[in-house]
Amino acid sequence: MKVFKLVILMVGFFSLTPNVYSAVKGTVRVDGSSTVFPITEAVAEEFGKEHRKVRVTVGVSGTGGGFKKFTIGEIDINDASRRIKAKEIKKAKKNGVKYLELAVAYDGITVVVNPKNTWVSHLTRTELKKIWQPGSKVKTWKDVRPNWPDRKIRLYGPGTDSGTFDYFTEAINGKSHVSRSDFTKSEDDNVLVQGVGGDLDSLGFFGFAYYVENKKRVRAVPIDDGKGPVMPTLTSINNGTYSPLSRPIFIYVNKIGAKKAQVNKFVKYYLNNAPQLVKEVGYVPLRAEEYQAGLKKFSEFAAL
Amino acid sequence: MAFDKRKIFNTAFFWGCRISTWGAILILGILIYHIVKQGYPWISENFITNFPSRFPHKAGLKSALAGSLWVISFTALIVVPLGVSTSIFLEEYAPRKRYMRWIQINISNLAGMPSIIYGLLGLAIFVRFFNLDRSIWAGALTLSLLVLPVIVIASQGAIRSVPQSIRDAGYALGARKWQVVFQQVIPAAMPGIMTGVILSTSRAIGETAPLIIIGALSYVAYLPEGPMDSFTVLPVQIYNWASRPQESFHGLAAAGIMVLLTILFIMNFIAVYIRQKFTKFKY
Repeated sequence: MKVFKLVILMVGFFSLTPNVYSAVKGTVRVDGSSTVFPITEAVAEEFGKEHRKVRVTVGVSGTGGGFKKFTIGEIDINDASRRIKAKEIKKAKKNGVKYLELAVAYDGITVVVNPKNTWVSHLTRTELKKIWQPGSKVKTWKDVRPNWPDRKIRLYGPGTDSGTFDYFTEAINGKSHVSRSDFTKSEDDNVLVQGVGGDLDSLGFFGFAYYVENKKRVRAVPIDDGKGPVMPTLTSINNGTYSPLSRPIFIYVNKIGAKKAQVNKFVKYYLNNAPQLVKEVGYVPLRAEEYQAGLKKFSEFAAL
Repeated sequence: MAFDKRKIFNTAFFWGCRISTWGAILILGILIYHIVKQGYPWISENFITNFPSRFPHKAGLKSALAGSLWVISFTALIVVPLGVSTSIFLEEYAPRKRYMRWIQINISNLAGMPSIIYGLLGLAIFVRFFNLDRSIWAGALTLSLLVLPVIVIASQGAIRSVPQSIRDAGYALGARKWQVVFQQVIPAAMPGIMTGVILSTSRAIGETAPLIIIGALSYVAYLPEGPMDSFTVLPVQIYNWASRPQESFHGLAAAGIMVLLTILFIMNFIAVYIRQKFTKFKY
């Protein structure tokens, strides 16, 4: 009986597997933002199980570093945690690179303080600007709100090359890449978590996923954009009430790439499976119809 | 009284040296303890045989391990003949002129350059100009530039330590210069040269910055099949895991560091072994 069962199992196995693997071959070259990386990695991992012959490679050069390669046609897809800039568009045009922007998820930039901080209940957009704008005069918590303690405020934020920094400064200070410069910077968000977690007078910001994993070490601050304080949560980021700090993150697809069978399949797989995979790696998925719209846009783009 | 002062100074100096040595060892011990404590639970067969994954318990460093071995083998292939012949030329053949001293100084300077500079150079020359792309070749050539000066200096030291009497004896027997170099000097200098080679390649195996610059990838789920394939290496994979938000990935990073350290220990052990085994020349 045992042997019989084994034979059935084996026959089942061998008759099933060939259908699962497809005949698509080639390489899909992805680079770009470290914020988008976990999502693309998850998609590449699942895609690789179905398309064994396709090699998906994902680099992490940062959004800007990725666009440098993308706009000269070195890669098929760029992971981007912000929109493409005018300068980069110009470069792409010069090199004849045509592309499509596809939103793949939401991220909420989370403003955090030390868990032992008892005075900050929420912050308004104006207060954030007062703290972070270039030439800011805020030195103590009292400078932000008069009834807060007269203690020095210490600021932590991502490095100036990151898309998170660009988005935060644009949303809060009104202009991308512009902010006061006397804060502790790190490209590694875990360092920021450690900094804020070990410093009672700290205030910092970074991606939502890092907050979710470190709820014991840092406390998120609700943000008031004129409609009352809102905590960053899956729901508030997805429906946009967590304003102005919820942002979409993107992939950019090169047109020549989109016409290659393996890249085409990969992008479609990406959008079809994003709702589940995005959640698994700690980001907020778009609404189902937004992914459908993206798929439609992509099909038209690839067919042109 | 003067005697006492000397004695006190003597004791203080001895303890100063002793404390520095044990302090360094203690810090190393604490570092290794923390890494092992964090990483040991993640060491398993899967960790070596699996490709990277978004699920920490399924993630492994197969592709990074293979990539590291590929890159380091090619680096050694490029750098050993180049480095050793450069040092032979500089020590045995080069005229003692001023421009030779200038070259010597430059080699020493190159050995102390920050590795990221080599990354930028490699990106411009190998990746872009020679169009090698993000291949193992590009990585190996970049790392070769990085370790070449170190190997040259180490080999020069080894060759210089071969006593002149050995060369003279060779000439006295009527040997040509190349015969003396190949049959006497190089075998005598071999342990020193090999130690230099292994120590500098083990430096190269831990390099991250230049490889990130030339575009070593973070997610690779296949094994390289040839030197033109793209790749990832252990330090890049570790860096990637360490910057994830989830605690489990930090454990994986620590486990990756353990694997890297093991490789380094093995390489250093081989260096020591070669030194012992091949030191047949006793002066």
